[in-house]
Amino acid sequence: MIVSGRKLRVATTSLAGCFGCHMSFLDIDEHLLELVELVEFDRSPLTDIKHCGPCDIGIIEGGVCNAENVHVLREFRKHCKILIALGACAVTGGLPAQRNHLDVGQCLQEVYHTCIGVESLPGGQVPNDPELPLLLDKVHPIHEVVRVDYFIPGCPPSGEAIWKFLTDLIAGHTPRLSHPILRFD
Amino acid sequence: MEPIANSLDAVLEAVLSKRRRDPTQLLQILREVQEQVGYIPPPALTAIAAALKLPRARVEGVAGFYSFLHLQPVGKYRVLFSDNATDRLLGNLDLLGTMCQKLWVEQGKVSEDGLVSVDVTSCTGMCDQGPALLVNGRPITRLTHQRVNEICELIRSRRPLSLWPQEYFRVEDNIRRKDDLLNTVLEPGAALAAAMALGPEAWLGEVQKSSLRGRGGAGFTTGVKWEACRNAPGEERVIVCNADEGEPGTFKDRVLLTSYPDHVFEGMTLAAYATGARQGFLYLRGEYRYLLEPLEAALQRRREAGLLGQGIRGQAGFDFDIEIHLGAGAYVCGEETALIESLEGKRGTPRIRPPFPVIKGYLGRPTVVNNVETLAKTVLIALEGAERFAAVGTAQSTGTKLLSISGDCAFPGIYEYPFGVSIEQILEDCGATDVQAVQVGGASGTCLASYEFHRGIAYEDVPTAGSFMIFDTSRDLFEVARNFVHFFAHESCGFCTPCRVGTSLLQNFMDKLATGHGAKYDLADIEWINRLLKAASHCGLGLAAANPVVETLIKFRPAYERRLQSLDFAPAFDLDQSLAEARRMTGRDDADAHLSSVEAHR
Ligand SMILES: Cc1cc2nc3c(=O)[nH]c(=O)nc-3n(C[C@H](O)[C@H](O)[C@H](O)COP(=O)(O)O)c2cc1C
Ligand code: SF4
Ligand code: SF4
Repeated sequence: MIVSGRKLRVATTSLAGCFGCHMSFLDIDEHLLELVELVEFDRSPLTDIKHCGPCDIGIIEGGVCNAENVHVLREFRKHCKILIALGACAVTGGLPAQRNHLDVGQCLQEVYHTCIGVESLPGGQVPNDPELPLLLDKVHPIHEVVRVDYFIPGCPPSGEAIWKFLTDLIAGHTPRLSHPILRFD
Repeated sequence: MEPIANSLDAVLEAVLSKRRRDPTQLLQILREVQEQVGYIPPPALTAIAAALKLPRARVEGVAGFYSFLHLQPVGKYRVLFSDNATDRLLGNLDLLGTMCQKLWVEQGKVSEDGLVSVDVTSCTGMCDQGPALLVNGRPITRLTHQRVNEICELIRSRRPLSLWPQEYFRVEDNIRRKDDLLNTVLEPGAALAAAMALGPEAWLGEVQKSSLRGRGGAGFTTGVKWEACRNAPGEERVIVCNADEGEPGTFKDRVLLTSYPDHVFEGMTLAAYATGARQGFLYLRGEYRYLLEPLEAALQRRREAGLLGQGIRGQAGFDFDIEIHLGAGAYVCGEETALIESLEGKRGTPRIRPPFPVIKGYLGRPTVVNNVETLAKTVLIALEGAERFAAVGTAQSTGTKLLSISGDCAFPGIYEYPFGVSIEQILEDCGATDVQAVQVGGASGTCLASYEFHRGIAYEDVPTAGSFMIFDTSRDLFEVARNFVHFFAHESCGFCTPCRVGTSLLQNFMDKLATGHGAKYDLADIEWINRLLKAASHCGLGLAAANPVVETLIKFRPAYERRLQSLDFAPAFDLDQSLAEARRMTGRDDADAHLSSVEAHR
């Protein structure tokens, strides 16, 4: 995917994830120096740009657990030619999806009222500030909300896997991860 | 079949001793215990495991595999509506809804008083006289609203099945066209006499000369299979008649077993004569449980006539007998190696091949597995000779074929045709007009559109195990394909991941389209799963599971496209609805507390 005369633009974000996948991304160590020769970053925790503009590659960590995640994900899908699900949470919902067999109303109840050590808000209210994104009743992998082009499994995927994947993509061949760098844990 | 109040111990003891505490009889033991108790209580599993000296997990694993075995009570009356595509055409789901409503029971659950449960099951082989159901394993055909009302009354008044009107349980043969096989009147033993006059080698040669090919689906040459078994190293050989008949829309084996049992058993004995086998099994699908007693009686008659047992027809050393094993609601057990596992009392998981059953089959013995119709056909070869047999049909497909015809036509039933007959001809004969498509070969077969109706039934053109389902222009072929996809997802044995997961994913995509959440991108994903199923499945079930969708996507794509909600991508669920609970908990209703399901173009 060589685009003549300019660096590729890459955006990244963490939705319902733990930033572990981003940490793993940084784990490519000295390759970072090679990477910045090839790409420039748009919206990403690394740049602090707040909204995603037209990009070549979008990388998503984490699943979709609330309304804001949906908006961010849609923004990425709209602006990125290629969208990648990075890590178990983005691919399957991962750890946060463990709440899927619970009722979200009961979860909120437990967290804001009944849980020991919690001081209930006056009137037994669950926080309702419009600034706070509402929770979806289930946590979804990102491909259930938008179209996704590639999936990199692992919790987190190793820096090596991420580097191999990106360099394949940048070089223009279909990325292929195989054993031992393809792993699901 | 009525659960009786016998103590569990007494039931167990009776069944275990009848089955000689033999672990290969495990499935039969579980089935018989359930017939008497209504389900298999956990203490029974423990007791059976101890008596057979098997790990309990193995016993529970087998009990959990078969859909007709239950580890929890399923009601005094267990009603299962056949749910093949052809039952759907006849409104089975409507009738099921009515029954659930009348009996105050939710589909798939047991009523609160423990009286009844109502659910669906895969095709029960009554497509020519549907809609049909099974009640405690016994088929009731030709359902109407009136009949369903009557059944509800009988259930509510707890009338024992034996006192229900016998008319309900009548199963018709509906033979509409007879040819060589169905016209043959067999004097029991006559075909054997002819073969024995030739001697085993010459008889085997005759079968080979006839070029008879298997009628169960794969179309393997029968003479070659028999010879391989005959020549395989080993002392004991086995003949298995595959009467699992699970392919949706197929019911010709039922008719043969009902009205031509001597043809089938004589065919098995002919196979034993050619191969030197001494042991025979008929593997009868659980749905045909009602045929067990008549078939046992037919076997007994043959024993008494000296056509089974020691020294058949007075020839010393020609010993062969047949045992009937019942299946318990698992389509995959029609696959020959899964069938053998099931015969051995295990879960019906297909084996890795090679070695093929002819080399290592039942208990490692060389084993021939043949379809019911294949075996019946060998009787014709013995009576009339290979040349006469091979003169009918086409070059690569000799003889005749039984077709089970159902769906949108005036005269559903059994039709026997010489191979090569055109689809057009068949449609004309069975009174089908305004035909949109024909599904030939069942769910795993092929879907033919009208421009292909000049093609013929033959291994070299349109191969089939006998299922022939007709859909007229008022039918929605997407729904037909979706029904088949659900069938495969339900019947996948779960042994290999591509099929276990692939069939479920496919089912989810088809449901997504059906509920109006589909997007063009889903069609690409469906095609991807289809390739995966075809490339990576362990057995024929997984390989075929994508067929209904592949075929209809090519030939009836608009049936899919008109369901698409967007041309790019749409989620399978309603995003705004997913926020409802959190909205309720917080009392919010501002703009940010809502989501559009498809992205607004800002
Ligand atoms: C999933 C699956 C289901 C099958 N079901 C049946 C069946 O119900 N009856 C049958 O005769 N063959 C069935 N077969 C084919 C058998 O494996 C086997 O090829 C056949 O019984 C051989 O007999 P034949 O040579 O006489 O056709 C099935 C195969 C597969 C893969
Ligand atoms: S996949 Fe693992 S490392 Fe990545 S966000 Fe999820 S929990 Fe964190
Ligand atoms: S393909 Fe399906 S039915 Fe066959 S072995 Fe695999 S899981 Fe079982």
